[in-house]
Amino acid sequence: MGKITFVEHDGTAHQVELVDGESLMALATGSGVPGIDGDCGGEASCGTCHIIVDEEWIQTTGRRSEEESAMVEMSPECVPNSRLACQLRATEGLDGLTVRLPEFQM
Amino acid sequence: MTTTSNVLDRAKTIVTDKVQATIPVDRQVQAAHAVKKAKRRAGLETPLAFTEAPIPNPADVPLAEIDVSNPFMNRQGKWYPYFARLREEAPVHYLADSPFGPFWSITRYEDIQAVDSNPEVFSAEPYIVLGTPPMPAEMFIAMDPPKHDVQRKSVQSVVAPRNLKEMEGLIRERVQEVLDGLPTDEPFDWVERVSIEITGRMLATLLDYPYERRRELTRWSDAMGGSAEATGGTTHLDDLFTAGVELARSFTALWHDKAARRAAGEPDGFDLITLMQTSEDTKDLIKKPMEFIGNLALLIIGGNDTTRNSMTGGVFALNQYPDQFEKLKADPSLIPNMVSEIIRWQTPLAYMRRVAKEDVHFGGQFIRKGDVVVMWYASGNRDESKFENADALIIDRKNARNHMSFGFGVHRCMGNRLAEMQLRILWEELLERFDRIDVVGEPTYVQSNFVKGYEKMMVQLTPKAGVRHPGVHTTAETSAV
Ligand code: FES
Repeated sequence: MGKITFVEHDGTAHQVELVDGESLMALATGSGVPGIDGDCGGEASCGTCHIIVDEEWIQTTGRRSEEESAMVEMSPECVPNSRLACQLRATEGLDGLTVRLPEFQM
Repeated sequence: MTTTSNVLDRAKTIVTDKVQATIPVDRQVQAAHAVKKAKRRAGLETPLAFTEAPIPNPADVPLAEIDVSNPFMNRQGKWYPYFARLREEAPVHYLADSPFGPFWSITRYEDIQAVDSNPEVFSAEPYIVLGTPPMPAEMFIAMDPPKHDVQRKSVQSVVAPRNLKEMEGLIRERVQEVLDGLPTDEPFDWVERVSIEITGRMLATLLDYPYERRRELTRWSDAMGGSAEATGGTTHLDDLFTAGVELARSFTALWHDKAARRAAGEPDGFDLITLMQTSEDTKDLIKKPMEFIGNLALLIIGGNDTTRNSMTGGVFALNQYPDQFEKLKADPSLIPNMVSEIIRWQTPLAYMRRVAKEDVHFGGQFIRKGDVVVMWYASGNRDESKFENADALIIDRKNARNHMSFGFGVHRCMGNRLAEMQLRILWEELLERFDRIDVVGEPTYVQSNFVKGYEKMMVQLTPKAGVRHPGVHTTAETSAV
């Protein structure tokens, strides 16, 4: 099984075991990564699982959908590679993926 | 839409924009008031009025006649048993006739989340309350994207977590002042002395509103949110419009004053008015006074009832579940999770209203275009399929954060982090000082189908052993603050 790395805003990295088919939000909250709240339970309707995908990975993960944009663009920390972790499913192809967390979820 | 109606629409927009820009907003509110009064005199409109009568037990009412819009439901403790029945027997329930007209009630957690996440089908326009607010005002909470997004974005940075971090020290200081001024030798009204006071101080801070006039904000909020037409409340029509006029005048003056101070070189603060003035999309908002006032009213009402009633509700809930208070004292690190749980348990705003933009099959029912659809957050938050033992306050509940009191989707409460912070600080400071906060006597409740609130709740404090309570000695000092 592969790994996915969540990097907090202060640089603290958390490696999480990749589980095929799980959402990145579920992986993060399941492993106690601080900074991902997931208040809506993964329905793309709270915006509290905001992550930023590293540039070299964005082709692989794909960019955010319109539905994600509606939520994540309300955050002042939103950037072009921002996504909602609950809308990104882990697959073998994402082994080694690194994502950054914004300073705050809102 | 045909070309003619397009042209007409455009002409109407131009005229309204012009009227809005040239006639002072307080005059516009007065004019709306006069029209309303004239209509009533001429018998074109009958004002709504509500008289309290005992509400029967839910099992004794035919399903089709269940009316959860009754503004006495909460006061009489009947909402929850009624909602339990609706979730069980008719989760998407139609009431053909109510004082507010026909409406659908959505009562299950999952269904509410689905409606809230679908603004294409379920529109937030023109109002988010069940009835029709007597005073016209434009608020982004009652606008659909894309207009909603632009307006919301321009003001939400005031409550962005970064700003809040800056403000935390100030908020804590103000909470401490309030708590240190409380009597410990006699019962007092928690709503008045704590919940309203702290909320008012916060609002004044956020808006950079003259601190000593902060109670005006509370008064306007209560008046504007509480009409019989809108929510089954008790505000007299004249009081409502007076509040509107006062609010319009004060904030227009505040806007101009701020602009002048900024022009004179005063550094930008992080208050809401400054943020509006410095944002490209809202720097001219004063020229659209109805929008300007509408959005301010929204922020005042949005920041007032919600926090205030969660501050009261938390104390009330811990009195009903004393074992939870013991748990809290044994482990104060539970405070953040407890705050979410309190917001779930209280659900200070019971619902949001939507209107179907097209015919839609939903939850086995056929909802027609134009139908009013009410998402009962208060019910979703007590849905057993989502929250085990949902009626109980459990401060270390695992999924307390999944509560729906903030709503979901593009209209999700933008003050959520501020609300959480205020409540967290309040509880941190309370635990520092007091061993017991006893509710003495039944609280009295607000008459409304929208605000789940308290009018009055008498409490008696017991200071923590070893903590000298400054309130006893410094009443004069604190009241001079
Ligand atoms: S968990 Fe709510 S948006 Fe992802």
